[in-house]
Amino acid sequence: MTTTALPRLRKSRSHYPLWFYLPAGAVYGVLFIVPTIASFYFAFTRWNMSGTEFIGFENFALFFSEPYLFQGMVNTFIYGVLTSGLKVVLGLLLAVFLTSQIIARGYLRSVIFFPTLVSTVGVGITFTVLMDPEEGLINRALAVLGVAGPGWLTDPDLALISVALVDVWKGVGLATLIYIAGVVAIPQEFFEAAKVDGASAYQNLRHITLPLLRPATATVIVLSLIGGLRSFDLIWAMTQGGPGFTSDVVASVIFKQYQAGFWGLSSAGNVVLFLLVAALMVPLYWKLNRKEVEQ
Amino acid sequence: MLSTQPLRRTAAGAAAALAAGLALTGCSTGGGDDGALNILIDNSEATGQLMQALADAYTESTGVEVELELRPGGSEGDNIVKTRLQTGDMPDLFFYNSGSLLQALAPDQTLVDLSSESYMDVVTDTFKDGVRAGDALYGVPVGHAVGGGVLYNLAVYEELGLEVPTTWDAFMANNQAILDAGETAPVIQTYGTESAWTSQLFVLGDNYNVLAAEPDWAEEYTGNEAHFADTPAAAAGFEHLQEVAEGGFLNSDYASLTYNEGLAALAAGEGAHYPMLTTALTEIEATTPDAVDDLGFFALPGTDAANAGLTTWLPGALYLPQSTEDQGPAQDFLAFVASTEGCDAQTAGASVIGPYFIEGCTVPEDVPPAVAQLQTYFDSGLTAPALEFLSPVKGPALEQITVEVGSGIRTADDAAALYDEDVKKQAQQLGLEGW
Repeated sequence: MTTTALPRLRKSRSHYPLWFYLPAGAVYGVLFIVPTIASFYFAFTRWNMSGTEFIGFENFALFFSEPYLFQGMVNTFIYGVLTSGLKVVLGLLLAVFLTSQIIARGYLRSVIFFPTLVSTVGVGITFTVLMDPEEGLINRALAVLGVAGPGWLTDPDLALISVALVDVWKGVGLATLIYIAGVVAIPQEFFEAAKVDGASAYQNLRHITLPLLRPATATVIVLSLIGGLRSFDLIWAMTQGGPGFTSDVVASVIFKQYQAGFWGLSSAGNVVLFLLVAALMVPLYWKLNRKEVEQ
Repeated sequence: MLSTQPLRRTAAGAAAALAAGLALTGCSTGGGDDGALNILIDNSEATGQLMQALADAYTESTGVEVELELRPGGSEGDNIVKTRLQTGDMPDLFFYNSGSLLQALAPDQTLVDLSSESYMDVVTDTFKDGVRAGDALYGVPVGHAVGGGVLYNLAVYEELGLEVPTTWDAFMANNQAILDAGETAPVIQTYGTESAWTSQLFVLGDNYNVLAAEPDWAEEYTGNEAHFADTPAAAAGFEHLQEVAEGGFLNSDYASLTYNEGLAALAAGEGAHYPMLTTALTEIEATTPDAVDDLGFFALPGTDAANAGLTTWLPGALYLPQSTEDQGPAQDFLAFVASTEGCDAQTAGASVIGPYFIEGCTVPEDVPPAVAQLQTYFDSGLTAPALEFLSPVKGPALEQITVEVGSGIRTADDAAALYDEDVKKQAQQLGLEGW
């Protein structure tokens, strides 16, 4: 019996019959595929309270002529690169630190990870209060030191950076976690061999830890960059794109169109954002993974 | 977008507003299950007081329970109202702005036409114009006539011997005098979270002066023939805001101050002028009742001292969505609101800040000074409606644009041109001719 059954299994290349996938497939289809296709359709319509009307590419033309869209795109890029870069650097350093022999290592690891568990909107509101230029704890503390703190969220040049820093504070825990897993996975033999050769701690980091952390780095960059590019909740909770349009990102521009009742236009914006993120991430992902294979 | 004010800037309130906005799906049952009448209202103190007074009086006379459900104000609130109407999830009745914001709700498809109801007979024609679409009428007024102008601190004016200005130059001279005296910020602006809408007053409250210079402005603007950037009288509102900001007349914390904090600063004399709607008086009375007597009000001044008139807003109204299954109780409540009993209930439960729009309703003799000053504009006939009651076109980004002008990020010329672009988008969405 078994001898006849085995080849059949190999032919279907799966251990399970196809209908096993049906429930998950149905859920995925209804909740993801159908809305995605629908949003592509609505992107080509003028859709508001009075109904839908097919208008071709007009929404896209209108969206690209949005005066504050360009700034929003630049801001999105700055935000994505800044948060992603800081998460890589800080996450790596924290991971190396938290895998070394230190007191209260487990506790410190939880402390670093804790902000990741807190609601983004809650974090946003808390930091909005902390960063208030007059009453906020941060500027009050600076005032005690004799420093006049800036308007973290009200200075047009600073607002976006301030939000990005809060994003890093909140998200660095996840990056650290991924790096810790990466560091722990490095076989101890490498370090033992290096020790025999008389390598210093810095040489260990530079020539063993860093190169072998490349897969972890790729994961952190991909995750944080995607997160940064489509970031919305924290920005909306803290500045609503303000003052004026100075901290608007693509996602908040889209949300404002939605709020104004321009549903077709905001669908078009979402399609643009989708294509934008895909256009940036697919090559990046491919490049990062290919290097990994070459090694 | 303008006459909706957040009640209080607490973290909890902001969290609720945000959560509601982000979730986008109302979770209310739509009401009626327990026999109570459910009404969705904005979370401003003004609306809350008036609606609570009406609800209490109605329950007392009929025994029908009325439940008020709160939503945030501003564009967040517009979003909720639109989404809930569209998904058929609106309670039995809801309170919302009249004028252009109502037009954006596609009332012919979502709301019940009330024009054949007998209780509409006593609603004044002025108000009916604000809730009319075609031949249909959609709303019953709640509250009083509202003026958009400058609330000012009487004590500061008395101390410095200043006169109420009737021209823009006189206003700026007053600002300079207040600045020179050195104790008070001449003009309060509040661009903090959820308060950006307050920045629009210089532009929207200037409509009387625009109409004085360009009588056909509203029609030409709606028809895409006149624009803010190419109509000097209309661009003046943006320029005024820029002048005030460049003159160093703003309070130092304008970027983070919220609407309620701004009102408190005005009442405390930390600021002398606050361009605002007179609905703010209700807000002040609720938090610091004594402070109302320290405030005065004048219209935003233009160029002609002899023709210094006021831009007025209609109050919001109660609307009956088509999705309400049992309309009888809702109609009955609307009939109560549109009656002298309704006004008397409002007078008893909330501060009276202007005349009613129901025939036969009277306001008490004893009103605060700012309300008396508001009344003089109505008595002398020097009033004109705000643009949003003359044209269905109002761009959604005006508040961000005026924040940028007031913060010195964008010049007035640039802002007027940018707002014209914003307006164009709205007009196209409404499918108007000529855009």
